[in-house]
Amino acid sequence: MADSTADLETFRQETRAWLDANCPPEMREPVRDEEDVFWGGRNARFKSDAQRQWFEASVAKGYTVPSWPKEYGGAGLSPAEAKVLREEMARIGARPPLSSFGIWMLGPALLHFGTEEQKRHYLNQIARGEIRWCQGYSEPGSGSDLVSLQTYGEDAGDHWVVNGQKIWTSYADQADWIFCLVRTDKTNKYQGITFMLFDMASEGVSTKPILLISGNSPFCETFFDNVKVPKDQFVGEVNRGWDVAKYLLGHEREMISGAGGGDRTAAIGAALTRAAGKHGDTLDPVLRAELAQFDVDALAYACMGEKFLDEAKVGKAHPAQPNMMKYAGTELNKRRHELFMAAGGSRALEWDSEATGGGKTARGWLRTKANSIEGGTSEVMLNVIAKRILDLPGA
Amino acid sequence: MPLYHDDDQAMLADTARQFMADEGSIKNQLRHWRDRECKDGFGHGLWGQFGEMGFAGMLVDEADGGLGMGHVEAGIVLEEIGRNLTPSPFLTSSVLAATAFKDASAELRGRWLPGLVSGEKVYAVALDEGAKHRPERITTRAERSGNGFRLTGEKTFVLHGASADMIVVAARTAGADDDAEGITLFAVPRDASGMSHDAVRLVDSSMATHTKFDGVELDGDAVIGEVDGGRELLGRMLDAGRCGAAAESVGVSRGAMDMTVDYLKQRKQFGRLIGEFQALQHRAAHLYSEVEIARAAVIKAQQLLDGGSENASLMASVAKAKAGKAAGLAVREGVQMHGGIGMTDEYDIGLYMKRDRALAEFLGDQYYHANRVAELSGY
Ligand SMILES: Cc1cc2nc3c(=O)[nH]c(=O)nc-3n(C[C@H](O)[C@H](O)[C@H](O)COP(=O)(O)OP(=O)(O)OC[C@H]3O[C@@H](n4cnc5c(N)ncnc54)[C@H](O)[C@@H]3O)c2cc1C
Repeated sequence: MADSTADLETFRQETRAWLDANCPPEMREPVRDEEDVFWGGRNARFKSDAQRQWFEASVAKGYTVPSWPKEYGGAGLSPAEAKVLREEMARIGARPPLSSFGIWMLGPALLHFGTEEQKRHYLNQIARGEIRWCQGYSEPGSGSDLVSLQTYGEDAGDHWVVNGQKIWTSYADQADWIFCLVRTDKTNKYQGITFMLFDMASEGVSTKPILLISGNSPFCETFFDNVKVPKDQFVGEVNRGWDVAKYLLGHEREMISGAGGGDRTAAIGAALTRAAGKHGDTLDPVLRAELAQFDVDALAYACMGEKFLDEAKVGKAHPAQPNMMKYAGTELNKRRHELFMAAGGSRALEWDSEATGGGKTARGWLRTKANSIEGGTSEVMLNVIAKRILDLPGA
Repeated sequence: MPLYHDDDQAMLADTARQFMADEGSIKNQLRHWRDRECKDGFGHGLWGQFGEMGFAGMLVDEADGGLGMGHVEAGIVLEEIGRNLTPSPFLTSSVLAATAFKDASAELRGRWLPGLVSGEKVYAVALDEGAKHRPERITTRAERSGNGFRLTGEKTFVLHGASADMIVVAARTAGADDDAEGITLFAVPRDASGMSHDAVRLVDSSMATHTKFDGVELDGDAVIGEVDGGRELLGRMLDAGRCGAAAESVGVSRGAMDMTVDYLKQRKQFGRLIGEFQALQHRAAHLYSEVEIARAAVIKAQQLLDGGSENASLMASVAKAKAGKAAGLAVREGVQMHGGIGMTDEYDIGLYMKRDRALAEFLGDQYYHANRVAELSGY
């Protein structure tokens, strides 16, 4: 650990040198499409040598999960060191070497609730990008009111027999394993859910992709038909999975909030004005004013992201603060994409032209509408803030 | 540097919170002086206490008798000033004038800083020349005359102008009205002949003046910093003042929000606490999130200013604009959620609305600063 100013400066220099040597120039370009993101997993394929090189160097250094302990595949960085790494990666625009629900969601939950054996096994797999996870929470009848979920696991001695349906399961068709909320006690609403882990290749699991308004199909309906789940594949305690589920949601919300910076917190006015100018278009003064107001909000939100992460690392953040971050960050991101469309004008409407990278602006705009729905809607976030932070009655 | 207060700063915050909630409370200060139609708009007794506490000279270098602290610390005091609507000349004297004096000659510092540090003297700054903040255009002129200068022109909305022992005046010593360069800052003592004040009481009960300079004769040693080269120093003053005003706005927001959230937990209608209504819960939760974000931006700007970062000026504008937006929301929602009682003079929430309105204008409103963010970003 290096936390004195001098040690941190040394660490910054080392980090810079390491990034220089290991992060290829192609991996410093902004992410353009889904293929630029490396998700890992059994069927993973690298898009380029550069992507492979960057991924492998990061795994070796523990930098796919820099603040996890070394024995679980991380680099054991202190909060201050992790911040330096984040800043240095942002400085050169380095892409994350590996993205996954394992890193953002399951990992933190296992670090908190997992047994030593589970941590060594699953966390190392996640850090090395070997297993790609999906999230089995939502059901057709249980969205915002998640705790009403019905998927049922019947006790059959050394295993459960799981039956039911999940929906909106992101990348279920590409995932290797699922972390899944399953009711194991029908008489107890909150204390009758178990947080199970199982292989998507298990007999009885099937998925059906759902087409979104963006024209992409990143998520599925997921069906369980007499799926056998061994009795040792759960996190926390049997029937106490709701605690794990909520803890995980905190991390999911933090991730969706974009608190970590990058594109999600940048100002956009200058780039959009330049881009319009390149095509000989000019932006109306009132649109310029909107962009300026947006940039104020975005730059202020970037500070909030930094403050939130700094505070969270030392336990100073309110435990419900990720809900506020998720609310503010996703509403901001929707506004950002509205402005991309407005500044892009008719060109932004092109749906599959080469010039727009296959309708990237329009599809991206539509995709962001999910930001304030996935991981808990904005309305639910406001409910949680009212209840847990402002302590308002009857919320 | 992490983006939260370290232990020393947290201790200062405790001290400032206690002091302001007690000595500087709405009842003891704002209402007290307002109801007496005080011509200064604040109490000199309290200002003396600011001196005793070390607040008044907190930004002044230790070599000059101050505490040598930074903008994060000044912001801590200002946030409590905002929360309690404490009227004082802190922002103009301890932040704006003190920043100007960083570049002043030893003689000027020796003449004016001891009185600031002790809280005996009150200083004002005369920058604006119209109803909107436009420091880019300065028409007040100082012409060379003998060994010194002759100052002619009119400054508007000089906060604490009439009670000030000395006013820092930004004047043009060269070039045309809209030129960036050619600006010089002067320390003009209260008894300078040819200076006259027309006092105006503002909506928040603070006192400002429209101040005329009718051939005011100044010694050459009244110059702060460089002749003709004052634009850069003026810029630093403005950044400091904007960060300070933004911190005070955050305090106003938090004060108004806390009052409102408390009220939601007390007032019953339809047989329920009004805080049970989701329509109000969501608005309160949205407000909370805006105020938190504004506060983060303000602390970041203060840190950048203290660290001498090249981004500090941009962030000062982000902070002033965002804090203004959040505080405006806090006071409007505050009055609305109080219902009829929110419109009464007896209730404090309306005082927050008035203070916010005045702070919003001071050193540039959210529109000025959003525009400045765009310009600094290159569009
Ligand atoms: C792109 C995307 C990816 C997703 N990925 C996954 C995944 O991988 N795994 C997974 O399990 N789920 C996933 N989800 C599902 C997501 O978590 C749910 O869509 C979300 O929780 C909302 O549930 P719902 O769709 O049933 O809407 P509903 O709960 O039916 O909500 C409908 C409307 O009612 C409002 N509402 C509901 N209750 C209240 C209340 N108490 N107060 C005020 N308003 C209320 C909501 O805010 C919303 O506006 C994903 C969703 C999207 C869009």
